[in-house]
Amino acid sequence: MSLEPQTFTVTRADLVRYAEASGDHNPIHQDKSVALAVGLPGVIAHGMYTMALAARAVTAWFPGAEVVSFGCKFTNPVVVPADGAAEILVEGVAADGDDGLTTVTLTVTCAGQKVLGMPKAVVRA
Amino acid sequence: MPIDQSLVGREFPPTPPYHVSEEALRAFVTATGGEYDGGPAPATFPIVVAFAAMNDFLDAEQVELRRIVHGEQRFSYQRPVVAGDVLTATLTVASLRQIGGNDILGTVSAVTDESGALVCSTSATLVHRGEA
Repeated sequence: MSLEPQTFTVTRADLVRYAEASGDHNPIHQDKSVALAVGLPGVIAHGMYTMALAARAVTAWFPGAEVVSFGCKFTNPVVVPADGAAEILVEGVAADGDDGLTTVTLTVTCAGQKVLGMPKAVVRA
Repeated sequence: MPIDQSLVGREFPPTPPYHVSEEALRAFVTATGGEYDGGPAPATFPIVVAFAAMNDFLDAEQVELRRIVHGEQRFSYQRPVVAGDVLTATLTVASLRQIGGNDILGTVSAVTDESGALVCSTSATLVHRGEA
């Protein structure tokens, strides 16, 4: 079953708030010169920020459902511009198992490029 | 400098108890563009304690956080986190490989509550980027 695609935006200000809320103050998420110095294309979103957006999509699709497992790889960085926002599109397909669990296979893209590898959540819907 | 191979299998000391407050949940939810409704924590919230465990580990091994890029994260949950929980994470280094001048670290962190019961287990792959 295909689920309604969800769109989210992420700005530099979001990354500042997320750093504070999560404790992840890695400067590659704030400071372009540091990001470039370690070989990144620019200030990038925390992988866990993008993963949190994927989790928001799962919650929107299955409100109140308990999440049993959730995982992904971080395959491409989400570059967040100094002005404006990066847009994240989260798509999903759900399959019900015999065990009462639903597996949600996600596709998470930014500007048409997949940013998470094999993102998948299992929920007790 | 490559990370020492003898780390594999080592368990690091548990993080100090972390009290999950409604304020912390609200801050986490709003930072990711949502609205906190007073319910259980978002699925990725346990990263707060898992990240603290990782930071302690990196400090102990004198690895610079800025050289770390996140490769993979997986959570397996026993139950959702709720406000009022007191959580601790215990990190174990599961694997270490060197590829193209980078260290690829695999860690597993057990997140437990005040009673010692497992709340979730989370595994991470961390890429430590070597000096260019």
